[in-house]
Formats: sequence, C-alpha cells, structure tokens
Amino acid sequence: MTFSPELEKRIEKLLASYPSNRRKSALIPMLMYAQDETGYVTRELVEEVARRIGIPPVQVDEVVTFYTMLWRKPRGKYHVQVCTNISCLLTGGEELYEHTCKKLGLGHRETAADGVFSLEEVECMGACSWAPAVQINYDFYHHVTPEKLDQLIDDLKKVH
Amino acid sequence: MLYNEPSPLETRVLTRRFSLPNSASIDTALANGGYQQFLKACGMTQEQIIDEVKASNLRGRGGAGFPTGMKWGFLPRQSPKPKYIVVNGDESEPGTCKDRVLIENDPHLLIEGILIAAQAVGAKAGYVYIRGEYRYLIDIMEKAIDEAYAKGWLGKNIQGRGVDFDLYTHTGAGAYECGEESALLESLEGKRGQPRIRPPFPAVAGLYQCPTVLNNVETFCAVPSILEMGGKAWADLGIPKAGGTKLTCLTGHVNKCGVYELPLGFPVEKMINEVGGGIRGGRKMKAFIPGGSSCPVLKGDEAWPLTMDYDAMAKAGTMLGSGGVVIMDETTDMVKAALRIMHFYAHESCGWCIPCREGTTWLKKILTRLDRGVGTTRDIDLAGDLAKNMLGRTFCPLGDAAALPTISIVEKFRDEFEAKLRKVQVAVPAFPDSPLVVMQ
Amino acid sequence: MVNLTINGIAVQAPPGTLVIDAAKKAGIEIPAFCYYEGYSLQAACRMCLVEVEKMPKLQTACTLPVGEGMVVRTEAAAVVKARKTTLEFLLTNHPLDCPVCDKGGECELQDMVFRYGAGESRFTELKHHVDEKQWSPVVFYDAPRCILCYRCVRVCDEGMGVGALGVVNRGVLSEIAPSHGDHLECDECGACIDICPVGALTSGTYRYQTRPWEMQHVGTTCTFCADGCKTTLGIRNEKIVRGNNRDQSGINGEFLCVKGRYAFDFQEHPGRLTAPLMRINGKLEEVSWSKALAAVAAKFSEVKSRGGQFGVIGSTKTSNEENFFLQKFARQGLGTANIDHRRSGDIVTLIDALAGKTDALGSVQDAYLMKASLVVGTDLAQEHPLLAFQLRANFRHHDSHTYTVAAGPVREDSYSVAQVRAAAGEEMAGVESLRDRLAKEPELLVLFGASVKGEALRKLVAFVGSLGIAKVKYICLMDYSNSRGAMDMGLLPDLGPGYKPVSAAGLALPDMMASTGLDVLWIVGANPLARHELKSTGAFVVVQEMFLTETAARADVVLPASSAYEKGGTVTSGTGEVQRLHSAAKTMGAKPDLEIMGLIAKEMKLNLGIWANANVFEEIRREVRGYNIPLPTIATGQAVQTSPLNGRVAVASRPDLIQPAGNTLFTSGSLGKYSKKLTSVMEYPGALYKPQY
Ligand SMILES: Cc1cc2nc3c(=O)[nH]c(=O)nc-3n(C[C@H](O)[C@H](O)[C@H](O)COP(=O)(O)O)c2cc1C
Ligand code: SF4
Ligand code: FES
Repeated sequence: MTFSPELEKRIEKLLASYPSNRRKSALIPMLMYAQDETGYVTRELVEEVARRIGIPPVQVDEVVTFYTMLWRKPRGKYHVQVCTNISCLLTGGEELYEHTCKKLGLGHRETAADGVFSLEEVECMGACSWAPAVQINYDFYHHVTPEKLDQLIDDLKKVH
Repeated sequence: MLYNEPSPLETRVLTRRFSLPNSASIDTALANGGYQQFLKACGMTQEQIIDEVKASNLRGRGGAGFPTGMKWGFLPRQSPKPKYIVVNGDESEPGTCKDRVLIENDPHLLIEGILIAAQAVGAKAGYVYIRGEYRYLIDIMEKAIDEAYAKGWLGKNIQGRGVDFDLYTHTGAGAYECGEESALLESLEGKRGQPRIRPPFPAVAGLYQCPTVLNNVETFCAVPSILEMGGKAWADLGIPKAGGTKLTCLTGHVNKCGVYELPLGFPVEKMINEVGGGIRGGRKMKAFIPGGSSCPVLKGDEAWPLTMDYDAMAKAGTMLGSGGVVIMDETTDMVKAALRIMHFYAHESCGWCIPCREGTTWLKKILTRLDRGVGTTRDIDLAGDLAKNMLGRTFCPLGDAAALPTISIVEKFRDEFEAKLRKVQVAVPAFPDSPLVVMQ
Repeated sequence: MVNLTINGIAVQAPPGTLVIDAAKKAGIEIPAFCYYEGYSLQAACRMCLVEVEKMPKLQTACTLPVGEGMVVRTEAAAVVKARKTTLEFLLTNHPLDCPVCDKGGECELQDMVFRYGAGESRFTELKHHVDEKQWSPVVFYDAPRCILCYRCVRVCDEGMGVGALGVVNRGVLSEIAPSHGDHLECDECGACIDICPVGALTSGTYRYQTRPWEMQHVGTTCTFCADGCKTTLGIRNEKIVRGNNRDQSGINGEFLCVKGRYAFDFQEHPGRLTAPLMRINGKLEEVSWSKALAAVAAKFSEVKSRGGQFGVIGSTKTSNEENFFLQKFARQGLGTANIDHRRSGDIVTLIDALAGKTDALGSVQDAYLMKASLVVGTDLAQEHPLLAFQLRANFRHHDSHTYTVAAGPVREDSYSVAQVRAAAGEEMAGVESLRDRLAKEPELLVLFGASVKGEALRKLVAFVGSLGIAKVKYICLMDYSNSRGAMDMGLLPDLGPGYKPVSAAGLALPDMMASTGLDVLWIVGANPLARHELKSTGAFVVVQEMFLTETAARADVVLPASSAYEKGGTVTSGTGEVQRLHSAAKTMGAKPDLEIMGLIAKEMKLNLGIWANANVFEEIRREVRGYNIPLPTIATGQAVQTSPLNGRVAVASRPDLIQPAGNTLFTSGSLGKYSKKLTSVMEYPGALYKPQY
C-alpha cells in the first residue's frame, strides 16, 4: 500500500516518537492519520499498518473496533458530527441533530450515496460552554442553530 | 481564541496571557514571563520543587482531586528505568471544555509545567495525549513544541542547563474511557483503551511499566504559577485544603455560558448569578451538576448555598469533579437527562467488566422505556436498584460514574419518573429493544 | 508466612499469595470466571468480590495479595448480593439455550447460577443477538454465549505463544475475534475451547454430538508424538466423540495440541482393516483369523526349523508390553537377532555419555521448573508442543532463561535470552558461542533434536559438563508416542531390553531391507516400505497394521491391529515417563498386537509366557532397568519417569540409523494421514499459517 509523501513523513515522525522496542505505540496515531488520507480503515490498511509495526493483524482489529473515530466503512467528504450530550441537550442539541438528519437525509453513522456528507450523533466533544456544538471533519462550530447549520451545509455543497 | 467574554470576577492566573495577541506563540510567552519558572526549577532540588507543589495544595484537575505534590512524591527516586511525563488531554467528561482553552491559548504554559514536573522527578521524555476530536489542538501543540525545540526550550541540554527533555503529542481516537489514567496509558501503548489493574499505580509502573507522572492539562498548567508565587501564596488563592484557581465551565441553562477561572471555594450562587449572568430566562434552577456528568446530581435548592470546592461538594454528596458545571432549569426533563447520561456511559463502557458492560446497557433500555412513557413503577425501582448494584463493583470508576447520576436522579426526581409512567397499567409485552449502540 | 483469617478460619500463606488461592488452600472456594491460575490477572468478571475488614469497597480476591492480619469474608451478605447481581447482569445478554448447548451439564456459568444466582429474571428486553461464526474446521465461536472472561485470549497468547485471539468492539458489543479478520491462522490446538467456561467456543469435532453426561470418559495417553500427553476420550455408543484433558491430571496439565485433541478420528477411518488378509493367487483376500494365524505360524515354524533368516521390525507406537513381547518372540521364539525399529533420537549415546551421572535425564516437569534451558537443533513448538508449552510457562512463571540454537527462526526466540542460528549438524559452534552466558546459569536443561547425535552429542555433553553448572539434565527428543519405549524394550539388533548388549548382533532395519536373504519379514506397526525397498523379493511378509499401508500392501499376510486407543498397556514418553493406555473404543475384527503375537506363539506352541499386559509388564519391571516402578501410581493414571541405565553402553551406537520423521504440528506420519480432521485443518486457509515467531 502506498501513502502520500506527507503521510510517510508523518508516519516516520510517529515511529520516531516512541522507544524503538515500543513501535506499537504508534498504532492509533498511524491509523488516525492514515484514515484522513484513505477515508476509512480498509482491510488493506489494517494489514499494512500491522506489517509496518510488526504486530499480528488481530491486534490492529482490536484497536480499530474500539475507537469510534476509526471507521470501517466510507465516510462522507464532510463528516457532520452533532453533539447531543447533556450540555448540548440542554441547549437544543437534540433538535439540532434531528434537523440535521432531515437536512441531510441521513441517520446515525450513515453516509450519503454521493459520498459528500455523512452524519454522526456524537458524544460530548468538549464544546459544552458554547453549546450546541457541531464538528465537521475536525472543525468546530459553536452555538449552532438549525439556520446556521443549513447555511453551513449549503456553503459546503457549493464548494463541493 | 476565546469563545466567551472573560468575567471581571475571575482570578486570572493560568489564563493570564490569554488575551494577549498571538497568545499561543513562543514569542508572546517569552515576552511575558514564559519558561522563567522552569529556569527557577533548574536551580531547585527535586524535593524543593515537590515541596512547593505540596505547599500549594494543588489537587489534580482531571476530576479525582488527588494532591499533586504527593503524587509526584510517589515516584521511586532510585529506579533504573526511564521516567515519563504523560499529560491527560483526553477531556471527554460531558460538561468539560477547559483543557481545550488552555492548550489553544497558551500551549507554552503547558510545556513549561511539563518541564518543571520533569525536573521534579527526573523524567527525560513526555507525551501529551490529546483526544482525537481535538486535532486542531494537536496541531497547535505540535507547532508550540517545534517552536520550543527551535528556541532551545526542549531537546538536549535545554538553555545550557544540562537538562534533556523530549516532548511528543499523541492522538486519541474517540473513547471516553481513555481519560481514565491507566486506560490512557494502554491507549498510548497502542492498545484498546481498557483500564489496568491497580496497584501498581502509574507513579510506579505507568507508561511502558516505567515510573510515570500522569496529570491533567490544567494541573500542569498550574505549576509555573506555583513556583512564581510560591506554594503558600498560590494555596491562599483558594481555601484551606484546596489551593489556587480552577477553570470552571459553565454550561446548560445559564445566561453567560463559558469557561472562567475562579478561585477554589467560589460560591455557587455568585458563580451562577454574577459570573454566569443568572439562570436562562430568569427561571428556577431545578438541578445542578458540579463537575461533569459523572457526579451525582444536586437539586437546585441543595446547590445554591454551596461553594465550589472538593470538601463542600463531598459533604453535599457529590464531587467537584472536572469543572464542568451543568445547570438545568425548571423546564428540564430529568428523565430524559438521566437517559442521555446513561446513553453516554453505555456507549463509552469499554466492556471489560460485567457489571459496567451489561449494567449500563440494561439501564439505558429501562430509562428509554421510562422516557417514552411505557415504563412501570417497577421500572423506576429497577433502575435505581440496578444502578446501586453496579456501584462500587466495577473494574474502574466509569461504572460508578454511570451509576451515581442515575441513582441521584431517580431518588431526587422520582416524581418526574412517575409522571411519565404508562397511564394504563395493564400488562403489555416488554418494550421492544431500544436501538443498541451502533458503532460500525 | 502471612497470617490472615478467611471466614473465621486462620490461614497462612506465603507473601504475594492471592486471597483467592489462599482461600482455596483453606478449602474455601471463591467463585470466579476470569481468574485462571497461571495466566495474567483480569479482574474482569467481578465474581470473586469479597469483603475485607477496613476496606471500604468489596475487593477482588483474584488480585488482592494476602496481608498480615487481614480479615476476609467470602460469604458476607454484601458479597452474596454482589455475586447474585453480577450473575443477573451476565445473564441479560446470555442466550438461555442450555438445552442445545454443547457445554450444558459441564458449564461453569450454569453451575454458578445454580449455586449463587437468582431464581427469577428481571430482564424483560430482547437479547442482543449475533450469529455464530466458524473460525476454522475445528473452532466455532458463538458471541452471545461468550461471557468475556478472556481466558481464551490469554491461553492462546501466554500459554501457546500464538496470540491468535483478540477482543474486538467495545462495551456490550465486545466479542472475541480470530487472528485474520474472519478466520484463524494458528496452531489449532483448541486450548481456547477447553478453557472456555461456557459454550462460546465449541469444537468442530464434538459440537452437537452428544450431551456431556451421555459420555463415558477414558483417560489414556495420546498416540501421536513423544511428549506423552494424557488425553481424555469422551465415548458415546462405543464411538470416540471428543478428546480433551478433562481433569488435567496428566503430565501435560491443561495442555493438548491439535493432534491430541482432534486427531483421534483416524481410529474410525473407513480404511481401517477389520479382517485378516492373505495373498491368494497374488491378491490380498479377507480370511478368518484362524486361517491367517495358522498360515503365519506354519511359515514361522517352517523357516525356523530349517534355520532360515528372519527379519523383525517393531513400532514406535505400540505399547511397551508389545515391544517387549516382540523382541522376546524374535530372540527366544524365532532365534533371530534381526530386530529393529525406526529410531529418531540418539538416546544410546546420551546414556553412555552420561554414565555415572544420576538424575541427568530431564522430564516434562523439568522443562517447567529448571532455571535455564538450551534448545538445540529443533523447532520445539512444531515438533514437541508440550515441551515448548512447558518452557514458555517456565518463562512466564519463573522468568527462566531459554537459549535457542536452531537452523531457522523458532517460536522460542520470542522470549529466549539468546537466539543463535546454526545449520543442522553444525549446532556445536553455536552452542559454544554461548559459553560465558551458559556458565553463569545455576542449572540447565538441554533439549536436543535428532541432528545432535553420535560424536556431536558426546561433544555437547562434554561441553556442557565443562561449564561447571551444578545441575544439568538432558532431553533427547524423539518422534512418536513410544519411540523411547521401543529403545528401552530392546527393539534393537545389538541391545536387548534395558540396553543390555546381546551376544551376537543382528541386522539393523536398513540392512534387513537391503538384504536379499530374508525368508520372513515380520513387521508390527511400522511402514518401512514407504522409505525402503525390500530387496528380499521372495520373503514372506507378515504385517500387523491398522491400515493398508505401502508395507501392508506388499504383505503375504496382514493382521488387522487395534490402535492405541483400543487397548491397554503402557507407553514411555520421550522424556521417560511411563503411562498407561486405556481402551476407549473398539474396531470390530482388529486385535491388539500383543494378542496377535500371543496367538501366533500359541499356534507355534512356543512358551513365551502369558501374553496379558499385566504379566508382560511384571516381566518388564524385572528385566528392564528403571522400570521397576510402583504399579499403583501408573494404575491411577499418573506417570513415573524411568532412567534406563546408569553406566556405559557396551555397544557403539549407530547414529547413521537415526531417521527422524520431521513431523510438524499438523502431521504425524501414516497415522496423521488417516485423520480427517487433521487433513481438513491442513487444507484450510489457516494451513498457509506461517507461525509468527
Ligand atoms: C472514566 C474516567 C474518565 C476520565 N477522564 C479524564 C479526562 O478526560 N481528563 C482527565 O484529565 N482526567 C480524567 N480522568 C481522571 C484520570 O483518571 C486521572 O485521575 C487524572 O488524569 C489524573 O490527573 P490529575 O491528578 O491532574 O487530575 C478520568 C477518570 C475516569 C475514571
Ligand atoms: S470465548 Fe469463552 S473463554 Fe473466551 S472470553 Fe468468551 S467466555 Fe471467555
Ligand atoms: S455536551 Fe456537547 S460538547 Fe459538551
């Protein structure tokens, strides 16, 4: 499996961050950064990462299936994450999520057929004081209202 | 970038440099006292640094409130193994968003705190574990680390003081349990975020089974000011047994939500009404969570007279926790709140031990039923009973964190559960399965 | 010693003992699922919670070390309640399909619920269901039944050193997963199935065959390799349906490999011979036993009376009694010294080189206990899985040091303190390079494969002897279940029972095959024609066999023999442990080799003594050095290690005759070929399995 030069550099840096007999430490960051490039964790990526670190594939599977940010199926180009945990719930997070479902025509952890958007109802993302919050890929949006969200999504549709 | 207006009632110690332009850059830090306390630490013995931290009454800001100086003192002095510093930047406790503010606005304060800790215990390397969702913070942190290396504040022979220290970031990937210190170490070692059997504690056998200082971001950020002011003076910012200031996240039904730096022992009433600008819409406060969703919930009336500190909260039957204050006004549906909190724990239970793995999911199912108005009186009792059956019997504190809110909400707001009961009390088949946590 | 009280009983235990073990010694059982002696601690099931005075919360007895003055209560009200509620939690997602579950009746969860559980269920929701998965021809996994005790994961990783199992998903969806996505690539040893307390992991050979209580259990010795594992065969309607190590009482404790666990099915292979065959008009035809025996006896008597040449070849899989009787038959009954078998280890040179040293032969137990081991010229995990398991356990439990000197990477490398590569036959240089490190070891167990023989072996013994290590023991590795017994019983042309030299040496196996002057070749349980050409084209060939092997196909008379699982007697493991065989099944028409030989003797009117196992074994105890072992010990299913001789062997060994079979985990000569399970495992994708060393 080939990666972009940037990713290769990142992986090299990662592997150098840990003692040489502790290469496995690089596993989760490696999957996270590689996933940014491959879109999700493919079987191929699992085997590749296992090979590079020198561990059996099952040890990669163990990790991939534990962490929610590691996806085993394709996500949209824009992955819309709406928090409905307690602080967001109190400030309209649930309504916002329902609105987003309708807007995108998607449900929890679903990806649109054209691959542009995917949706996820997420747990607290650390934006509680500026709730309700939404994250699109790695970008945070605070005090989000349904109108603001419509605007955001429409803008993204345009760029796309 | 600050996401809310600061309050004049704050005591800005950790957040002092926040409103400066380019506050995250090393130049701003260096021009405003940055790294000076590390230089001071270079001239102190390990004992002196630890004693100063002990004198400050600094208690861990990650939630458990363990005295930091004492924790550092647990590291074996004579150990052939390398020692590590690990920063807990997993920040996943619902209601909490303070570490984010610290790293975003002043990453060099964190690096300085880490360096001082490293001096105190003789560590040569450290990792800043940041939750995966905070990718932009990892980028900020890495930029700061690069700057620090470039200016000789990290790496070999730092500032000619004969001190070596390497610092790295490490990303999480979406798992609340990785905030728990031993699960975090597992995750840092490339494994599932499952907690370890303790003892041994990280101080003795932490990262790679080596002695490790593991603290919350805010805890490290507090350290430079402790050396600057002196432990005693820092302690006096707060109250006896709980020194200094604490970043407090006001969330929920309060007018001015935001993160504020308040001294320990700050009155709840003043915090809500003056810092937070009062309850939304002038309503009554129905419920109050002092520090993240893992704390037992207080009724509004119970909370008003309290002060924000460890002992006062313990006396009231709850915990100061992580600083994530959740304020719920009288319009709040407490059954729904209980369900949402349990949904979170069922989703985040790592699955290692039986009571937590099965208990959280079962409770979620029962609470779903109660929330949808198809529960029975028996379900209310069952929910309370099952939560108590989890309490104190799980492998790690996540089980307690899941049980406590439920127990308190069921006890204190039983009338709301009863109001939602199925109106016609006839035998109906068990409510169909509520959708399980779908992960993949 | 630490003093504590458990349930009011004063208990003493060495420091570091876990409360759960201390209680067990005091006769108090603390229930547990995830705790398993010898494997890493999990504290996951929370069944072992106990009340300890001065501790605010209930404590897990499986992780709590005893403390001076500790007061523990295992049946306090809070403990009983906690246990009951934990079981209640556990049952929420456990399918109550006990009536069709393989484990029903011997399930730890069933027992636990019976003893501690609640009478009524408060769980009314739907259970979370996932379909059962097949991971390999022999391993099935049913996730809903799994209680996540992680025993399987640990036995595979820590015990076997394979690490083919992991845990995937999280929370209530967690389940066990195999090494390669949807299938297993592993040793297929089935240890995970054995250790599973519930019916989550089931065996491809046994599933849905029977209810446990409908079986009889026969403890016997595995007939595949020389490690001598005890295996318990589950019998239903005279058919073997399961192999496991039910009571873990053998030298192998909880260990069994793929062969011991699954490959018993060779016993019921349709190719089993069930009637004697005689060559009539050039073709082998079924005849009656009396006709066949008469023909053999007549031929033997005739050749004997005219002073003709006999050749006798014995087996490495038949019992000691059979081997002893065979050599006696040959020497006394037929008057020939031409007797041999296929040798796989140079035990003769070893005994000679160790002359005068007592207690120098290592046992299976030694592999677990000695502080250091040197493994030379063998891929132990492939060829001697039990010994490899023992070494690994020794490392895990006692931090023992292992040194490997082998031609290629071996599994022991992963934990050994030094790994040296050396081509077969050239291991000595590698061993010598370890001189300084070895010399520092207080004790050393040397295990060596077939390439270390003759002079090389003498050099090895001399070298190790020169290191000044206080305690040294040796294990000469051999191939089959009774390879060692065949040597000890004197199936050799130049040595009689107990390595006593014979007056005139006879022909060795290859020499017999190469000779053109044999009048009779009698082969009991061996297949020399698979590798040798029989030059005596006119020889009358008598073969006692289970299958129509290459050798049997050439025979004039084939006498159908019982397998090791169909008869009694004793066998001697490669490390010298004598153990009993017990008859577990029957193949109609076949007879044990001892009985066949006895009947031939009777027909020939020879007086070779009573051919019952007990009588022959009495004779062995008198005749063979070291075999004078206490009968009750082996009668109760235990093993006794024998040391054959402690002096020079008067005859030079014949290292050129050592021809190891080079079996791997999934092969075992002819026998392996007739096991459907073993062949199906080999054909499975997992057989591409390249062990991760
Ligand atoms: C389930 C669970 C989640 C936790 N999450 C966090 C977290 O996100 N951040 C954190 O700093 N501490 C968290 N903790 C507390 C840590 O285990 C640990 O006590 C803390 O990081 C120690 O640092 P401190 O002494 O500076 O507070 C969590 C604990 C538990 C039991
Ligand atoms: S399969 Fe069996 S042994 Fe393995 S975790 Fe599940 S219950 Fe335990
Ligand atoms: S509760 Fe929604 S971001 Fe914290």
